[in-house]
Amino acid sequence: MRWSKDQGPDILNERGWRVTKTGKVLLLNAHLIDPGIDLDDTGSVLIERGKITGVGDIPKQEQEGADVIDMTGIIVCPGLFDMHVHLREPGQENKETIFTGTTAAAAGGFTAVACMPNTDPALDNVGVIRWIYDMAAGGPVDVHPIAAVTRNREGEILSDIADLYSAGVRALSDDGDPLRSSEVMRRALEYCKMNDLVISTHSEDKALASNGVMREGEASTKLGLAPWPSMAEAVMVARDVLLAGYTGGRLHVGHISSRESIEMVRWAKRQGYNVTCEATPHHFALNDEACASYSSHFKMNPPLGTEDDRLAVLDGLRDGTIDAIATDHAPHTVEEKLREFSLAPNGVIGLETAVGVAAKVLVEQNRFDWSMLIQRMAVAPRAIMRLPEAQLKKGAVANLSFIDTSQGWTVDPEAFFSKGRNTPFAGWDLPARPAGICNRGWMMTHPDVAGRWTR
Amino acid sequence: MALQMKHLLGLEDASREDISAILDSAVSFKEVLSRPIPKVPTLRHVTVVNLFFENSTRTRMSFELAEKRLSADVLNFSASASSVQKGETLIDTLKNIEAMKVDMVVIRHPMPGAPLLLTQHCSSVVLNAGDGPHEHPTQALLDMMTLREVFGTFEGLRVTLVGDIAHSRVALSNIYGLLTMGAKVAVCGPPTLIPRHLENLGVTVYHDLDRAIAHSDVLNVLRIQLERQKAGLFPSIREYRETYGVTPARLGKGSKDMVIMHPGPMNRGVEIDPAVADGPQSVILQQVTNGVAVRMAALYLLSGERDAME
Repeated sequence: MRWSKDQGPDILNERGWRVTKTGKVLLLNAHLIDPGIDLDDTGSVLIERGKITGVGDIPKQEQEGADVIDMTGIIVCPGLFDMHVHLREPGQENKETIFTGTTAAAAGGFTAVACMPNTDPALDNVGVIRWIYDMAAGGPVDVHPIAAVTRNREGEILSDIADLYSAGVRALSDDGDPLRSSEVMRRALEYCKMNDLVISTHSEDKALASNGVMREGEASTKLGLAPWPSMAEAVMVARDVLLAGYTGGRLHVGHISSRESIEMVRWAKRQGYNVTCEATPHHFALNDEACASYSSHFKMNPPLGTEDDRLAVLDGLRDGTIDAIATDHAPHTVEEKLREFSLAPNGVIGLETAVGVAAKVLVEQNRFDWSMLIQRMAVAPRAIMRLPEAQLKKGAVANLSFIDTSQGWTVDPEAFFSKGRNTPFAGWDLPARPAGICNRGWMMTHPDVAGRWTR
Repeated sequence: MALQMKHLLGLEDASREDISAILDSAVSFKEVLSRPIPKVPTLRHVTVVNLFFENSTRTRMSFELAEKRLSADVLNFSASASSVQKGETLIDTLKNIEAMKVDMVVIRHPMPGAPLLLTQHCSSVVLNAGDGPHEHPTQALLDMMTLREVFGTFEGLRVTLVGDIAHSRVALSNIYGLLTMGAKVAVCGPPTLIPRHLENLGVTVYHDLDRAIAHSDVLNVLRIQLERQKAGLFPSIREYRETYGVTPARLGKGSKDMVIMHPGPMNRGVEIDPAVADGPQSVILQQVTNGVAVRMAALYLLSGERDAME
């Protein structure tokens, strides 16, 4: 299934979402935040046919003929961008498709996602990259495929990287399978310099991780689950930041999860190396003790860290060592996740809970301001991938996210648009919810916002 | 006498009262086992299934005997873990069992947490007969019953587990149960076979067997598996035997009163010398007898049957 040219999909309409082409819309009295241009104010936004034609106080005569949405208590900000998701298509359409994944992204407040290449076939050539763009065309969410660094993600021969760049690719990764050969990693970092491409890594020394299924520590000892030491991540991060420094290539450490790894990135940044990194909501919201339920909804790779690791992630996000928040949205079928903890596949979904969990853990519990959060979720990911900025200013393309901070909600996995139900946040009460997006000429708003529309 | 626990999944959260109740009840059942007709009708209306997802001759026989001595209807299900991994999921197996209306399930499974998963998907009473390196509560209870017979009390008793703590299915249950009952617990083995932060559970960690012996009343010697050597966790069986093998010479003259336990099956001549295993200090066969009594007690107390024992 795909998005049609002119009307929203039934799956959204049936559940009360309002999905229209933008036409002329006035977002009235919103909380406007754009950390990229230092904007944090109350005001209105006028959108006409996909473009922002006014921000702040909109003169009466300009409002004429516009649909008006009362946005009191709702943040309007540059479109959020999740730079680490698994859309599973092609190959594992029983877990997720480009349609369901992007619909989940839109419902979760994201206007853009970057999808990982561990599909079947792998995203390692221009043909399949073009197919991804084609499948995502028409919908409200920009899909930026991340191509494989090496052919078929086998870690041996580089993909046709310059070709992929020409097709639009802005990042490479063999996600899930780290480049075991330091030589291949070195050459990949070097080769990517000619197009200023970034290499996003899944940092794991497979020998050290061995058969581990949860972070090694007191909790793994008590639970008898095979331990995955933080060193499995940290030694790879150490190797890769050194190679980035040596080659001058650009490294982005994916889903960083341990104190030692974050220290390595902090050190690399101090040296002036081209190194960035991201962290997931589950790694800043949860720790390894959650595995005591033996529920595979707490099993992912890298595994949940200790509380000390979690605090290190929070510190890293606060001081900017961790540039971006990304979900590592990894849908699996219910049957697969019902297996014994040690046998179930790694991964949790995150697109529809990221905003709420970030609001709870970062804004509510750890006093981040919204502007910093939006910097990590909208501005930084685009900068890392050298994509055009989404800005909340007159004349810009309307690429916006809406976050309703006026009411909380409870996570119900059955209500997800993703095919996945494998969330570690089921039943969580969250203080803010994604309320819609505006992008690629589409305006979609959450059912709770539907009553705020007036003509 | 009802237990606070509904299932016997492990001893981590077991109360002192529950452990005492099972051990007390086991004493009565041990008496039953010595009768000319060693059988009581206590669980006559109860159906028990033994779900064994990996081989375990002793534990399975011990449970089956305990169930038969209690007059329960017994079903046996065995499947190798590999065939389960390929075919039917655990949940499907459990739903089938649920549909057959069994009252109690005894489960042995290589994956930690499998018995807990069972309680979430079926209404039967669950007894954990070992979930990988996590817990094996009836083994710990039979060890404790044996120790109580020998020493009369756990208070201040110094018990040391020797060997492969990291992969043992009996170590954690022994640690939790003994600590709850007031014993002092230590472990002894090479650092590669002792899981990280184990001392946070309140146990002393030794790497020197002689020091451990000097500070112990009881050695519980664990089986060492050859595949750990292949995995690079220790250099050779020879070196292991020389460093951690419990021999008469190692025990020395100063430790005549030392009690020696082993959960079986033994590698004679590796972790334990035959002269020690069969010697006067060994209570290894007493452990096996007590295994049946303890399992009868656990089944009885968890069954909800309130018939007086005859």
